[in-house]
Amino acid sequence: MTRDEIVIAIKDIIQQIAPDEDLSSLDKGVRLRDQIELDSMDFLDIVMELRKLYGVQVPEADYKELATLEGCANYLESHLADKELHCASNA
Amino acid sequence: MRYDTLVIGAGFSGLAAGIRAAMFGRRVLVLERHYLWGGLNSFYKRGGRLFDTGLHALTNCGQRGPKGTPLGRLLRQLRIPFDTLELLPQRVSEIVLGERRVRFSNDPVQWTSAIAELFPNDADRFTTLHAELAAADLDRVGAPDRSARKLLTERLGDGPLVDFLLMPTAYYSSAREGDLDWDQFVMLYQAIFCEGMAQPRGGIRPLLKLFVDRLIEVGGELRRKAPVVRILVERDRACGVELEDGQIIAADHVLSSAGWPATMALAGPAWSVQHVDTRDRTRITVLETISVLDTPCERIAGPRPLDCSTVFFADTERFAFKTPEDLVDPHHGVISIPQNFGTPSDWVGHEPILRVTLFAHPDKWHQLPSAEYTQNKRAASDAALALTARLYSDPRPHEVFRDVFTPRTITKYTGHTGGAIYGGPRKWRDGTTPIENLVLIGADQGMSGIVGAGLSGIAMANRHVLGASREIPS
Repeated sequence: MTRDEIVIAIKDIIQQIAPDEDLSSLDKGVRLRDQIELDSMDFLDIVMELRKLYGVQVPEADYKELATLEGCANYLESHLADKELHCASNA
Repeated sequence: MRYDTLVIGAGFSGLAAGIRAAMFGRRVLVLERHYLWGGLNSFYKRGGRLFDTGLHALTNCGQRGPKGTPLGRLLRQLRIPFDTLELLPQRVSEIVLGERRVRFSNDPVQWTSAIAELFPNDADRFTTLHAELAAADLDRVGAPDRSARKLLTERLGDGPLVDFLLMPTAYYSSAREGDLDWDQFVMLYQAIFCEGMAQPRGGIRPLLKLFVDRLIEVGGELRRKAPVVRILVERDRACGVELEDGQIIAADHVLSSAGWPATMALAGPAWSVQHVDTRDRTRITVLETISVLDTPCERIAGPRPLDCSTVFFADTERFAFKTPEDLVDPHHGVISIPQNFGTPSDWVGHEPILRVTLFAHPDKWHQLPSAEYTQNKRAASDAALALTARLYSDPRPHEVFRDVFTPRTITKYTGHTGGAIYGGPRKWRDGTTPIENLVLIGADQGMSGIVGAGLSGIAMANRHVLGASREIPS
């Protein structure tokens, strides 16, 4: 997956978790929790969906890397390099 | 037969836990002893009518929308869309303490103004406290077992104002005598006074169906009429259950909503004897009278109209709530009127119902011989309706049908010891038991009510089955 695809994947996961949030104008560099209503339980779900959909395990110490979309792309780039984009909505 | 996760009890905590585990690929089986799901929040038919067993109100979004509220979080975690719930908001509720009354609704401003008016000398410090309580972060759980009465008295002085805050919160939780745990108080204060109350349209049944359907949709299984008689433990680790019919089911995780004493008893006498004691005895439970009437409550003639959605009452000057000395306590209770939620057009074709709850002794009802049991049920329910007549208007001339359930009824259908409806006095906040992979969910883990139970199941499934950690650094 490319970095752009990773952003799409994360947004798709977030949309599954928070269907009533508008994700169309998210700023990649700003913390997700400052732009939409995401609490700690929702963040755990992002991590768990990553594991379910892509087999990626994110250790607790690394959760902070996922705070922004940019951070997600940076952190997950190597983990997801050999994976195909898989929309959660089709899972 | 093997599963990843077994859940004992198909009440809201069990269903929610099952949904979460199944959503993330675990093979889940929810086991329910009764032929109906719902546990303490179930339904039943009598006299050709459908009744809810426990539902008074659901705490909902009030006017702000569900975002950030416990109900919103619950639905989000289970991925049940908020608009599949049809909620009828309360019209107005009342707290009665002796001669004093305060009304509140889903608009918190009505509550704060009413208190300020009744207690003008305490208005400032109450307003400050209210703002703090409204903004409190429920995830930040502090030291356990702090007395709400003590902390409130420190802030507001020792007087009836404290009683008005304690009464509804104590009634809707497993209160200690006249008091409750501070964190529970904060959660219930937000739920009752800040978030607002509502009835799901159609009562509990459609809401339960949403949960059950969701469980099945995500691949979970549910078996009814399947009482668990033993939790199998090997080298201090739970490894499955035995059903009443002798079937053995193996599992990696067992989540139990049966409550602490019953769960330990299922593990075996050695566990029970070592870990369950008098601290766990239910102190207070309920007796509820359900009257079907021929006239909507608010139209019944009398000194004060029965126009409230919920009434919390104490006919004493100060709130002194404790284990009843006799079968029931005639001084403290709750009136719940479903049709005072929503608007009259929501209830066309429905018979008016009045529910009056009195607090009851947990053991004495179980000990009564049959003939006395029936007599006493009648006497207690008569007392409940007489109390309603004194406080508002007399519903008795309008009664067409009555049903009454006691602590004994509760134990019979749900298995909860002492007929407890909010769990026992001790809570296990992290859900762990002395047995590895045996996890408590439901009221004894810490939260009750529909939303509380659901969140309990979710949080414990997240932590113990899905391996989610406690803290997310921001």
